[in-house]
Amino acid sequence: MNPSATLVVGSLVAQLQRAERRKRMRALALTLPLLVFLVVFFLVPLGSLLIRAVENPEVADALPRTGVALADWDRKTPPPAEAYAALLADFTAFKETADAGALARRLNSEVAGARSLVMGTYRALPLGENLSAMEARAKLLEHDERWAELPYWQTIAKNSSRWTPDYLLASVDLKRNADGDIVRVGPDAAAFSDILVRTFQISAIVTLATLLLGYPLAYWLASLSERKANILLILVLLPFWTSVLVRIAAWIVLLQNNGLVNRFLMWLGMTDAPIPLLFNRLGVLIAMIHILLPFMILPLYSVMKSVPPNYLRAAISLGSPPLAAFFRVYLPQTYPGMAAGGLLVFITCIGYYVTPALLGGPGDQMLSYYVAQYTNVVVNWGMACALGAVLMACTLVLYALYRKLGKAELSLG
Amino acid sequence: MRAPSPFPQPLKKSTMKLKPILIAVAATLALPVFAQNALTVVNFGGANGAAQKKAYFEPFEKAGGKVTQVEYNGEQAKIKAMVEAKNVTWDVVEVESPDVNRGCDEGLFEKMDWAKIGNKADFQKAAVHECGVGTFVWSTVMAYDGDKLKTAPTSFADFWDVKKFPGKRGMRKSARYNLEFALMADGVKSADVYKVLATKDGAERAFKKLTELKPNIQWWEAGAQPPQFLVAGDVTMSTAYNGRIDAAQREGKNLKISWTGGIYDLDYWVMPKGTPNKEAALKFIALASSPDAQAEYARNISYGPTNNKALTKLDAKVLAMLPTSPGNSKDSLQFNTGFWADQGEALEKRFTAWAAN
Repeated sequence: MNPSATLVVGSLVAQLQRAERRKRMRALALTLPLLVFLVVFFLVPLGSLLIRAVENPEVADALPRTGVALADWDRKTPPPAEAYAALLADFTAFKETADAGALARRLNSEVAGARSLVMGTYRALPLGENLSAMEARAKLLEHDERWAELPYWQTIAKNSSRWTPDYLLASVDLKRNADGDIVRVGPDAAAFSDILVRTFQISAIVTLATLLLGYPLAYWLASLSERKANILLILVLLPFWTSVLVRIAAWIVLLQNNGLVNRFLMWLGMTDAPIPLLFNRLGVLIAMIHILLPFMILPLYSVMKSVPPNYLRAAISLGSPPLAAFFRVYLPQTYPGMAAGGLLVFITCIGYYVTPALLGGPGDQMLSYYVAQYTNVVVNWGMACALGAVLMACTLVLYALYRKLGKAELSLG
Repeated sequence: MRAPSPFPQPLKKSTMKLKPILIAVAATLALPVFAQNALTVVNFGGANGAAQKKAYFEPFEKAGGKVTQVEYNGEQAKIKAMVEAKNVTWDVVEVESPDVNRGCDEGLFEKMDWAKIGNKADFQKAAVHECGVGTFVWSTVMAYDGDKLKTAPTSFADFWDVKKFPGKRGMRKSARYNLEFALMADGVKSADVYKVLATKDGAERAFKKLTELKPNIQWWEAGAQPPQFLVAGDVTMSTAYNGRIDAAQREGKNLKISWTGGIYDLDYWVMPKGTPNKEAALKFIALASSPDAQAEYARNISYGPTNNKALTKLDAKVLAMLPTSPGNSKDSLQFNTGFWADQGEALEKRFTAWAAN
């Protein structure tokens, strides 16, 4: 090969690379605003949620000296007198009531009674000047003898580090005991594993039901002419444009004891007394299936539209019975639609909040209800974030599973 | 003569159309600036909100102030978020008694300037708080439909008796109140309820008693629900806020209250820390704590005034309906805020686990 030819080839390659780079830059420039938006309004809040789920600054900020004094304590024998002196010094160093309040809230969420102990002690300050360690201990015990009880000290010692796995553990019904071992919480306090299982159960039932109800409809829509299908699709989409709250209110009217459904059933003579359809699982399922049906129908319909009808005809003309032809030739071609619709419905379901909250009883609430409960009512944001992190982890695992199982590549973006 | 436009005609047309839209956008942007002069008062809405509007907001507006009413469901998280973000848009908030202590401890509220409110001695003892002013006394009571029940239930033992009074029971979805009611139904005297509940065995006993009734409980969360349940016939009896039953009675429903074992408590006015309208907020709270305004409020909804001077302005018929009247408060229990501040989170968590299974 002569050298000038390689030179031309070389410059061509360089040119090509340059052109490619320009293209990439242009693509980047076009997507940059969305990227920035995603980072600022999606990834940063998500990150801060995850951080809040393991952050534990209250005790470390409020009681730095006590944390040091308790570092070598075995957590079984009474705490050393130095710890009492350090506690008193920390309390005296509070700048405002709010410092004591934050500490009281944090400790009380683990040991009932810590709130009155901390606030009572803070209000009683000063207990004395230039006290020795023993005197400080005596003064504190004299003020409130609960300062002799181990659980308060164990909780302080356990929470003296800035990071904690406790919220995450609690969100799957585990806890650290005084020795730092991870154990299951007692049956009185265990709630979240049942709730998580229930969340998955409800989501699975809703997904299956929307598939069974949506598939025939999507099949029929796909077989219609474009014009007719478009008109009918509007009917599918119509509830989509109505506020979820309005639809739930409508379901309450329909399903209540004196509601249309019950009166109709009684008129038919199918039942004598009204069937409870509200504030139980059945009501939640009915409303959720109704609300989520379009999410199943639309992906199914779009996949079915792309399936050429000739295959089915070919199978039948080659001698297959129609039903077998449908199951062996048509159905497999709609798997991507079923998977996309199923994933969409399932993931939407997992995070459902308002429908179970309004139509279900306490035994029908899903995980997000407790996220709201801890955010708004209990005001324990660490716990709320931990539950949110569990919910997010479940969604990510599901999506990864789907990517692994499903051959068709589907991006949810 | 008109100069030829450098733009093609249609574009010009569309720019002209833009003008009103721009003005509208500018107006909406400017709106919050004007609105800032109004005092934002947050309450629980419903019949109670209507009574406050008549007794407090309208006189305040007549005196030259301006009030924007916002409703919430008692979520302290909203106040906490505002205070932490230093963007306080609520000026005066009605809170329940556990929250006035909790928020005060954690520095969410401004300290109350009592010199600008009134004479502390005129008020009930519980109404005077470092961070708040008690505004009314309300009670969680047992209610039933007088048309449907032939014999009246007289105690919480009757509330638990589903043989004598078949049908569902409405109860608030929370541990507080229900654990107290359960102990009373189990034979604990109202004076001893909190003593018993503070022990491990007592809490066990309360939950056991609640479990007895569990299959028959229909839970409620908003104060407006119990009267609806009762009127619709979904439940035979329900715990309810006495004022909501009173409001239903005013609408002509034959709902009745059994006062025995009722748990009474105060609601407070507080000012979120960092409110830009503190002076106006104090003026509003002072007006809402005056004898005349509180008497007018009690005439509109049967919650008891906290200013003792308001009681002298009320006639016997109104007084008889208040939770504070001697006949009604005889066998009732004062809600123990201190107990619930300490035990609340643990008991509510246990209640959640109990209710979900």
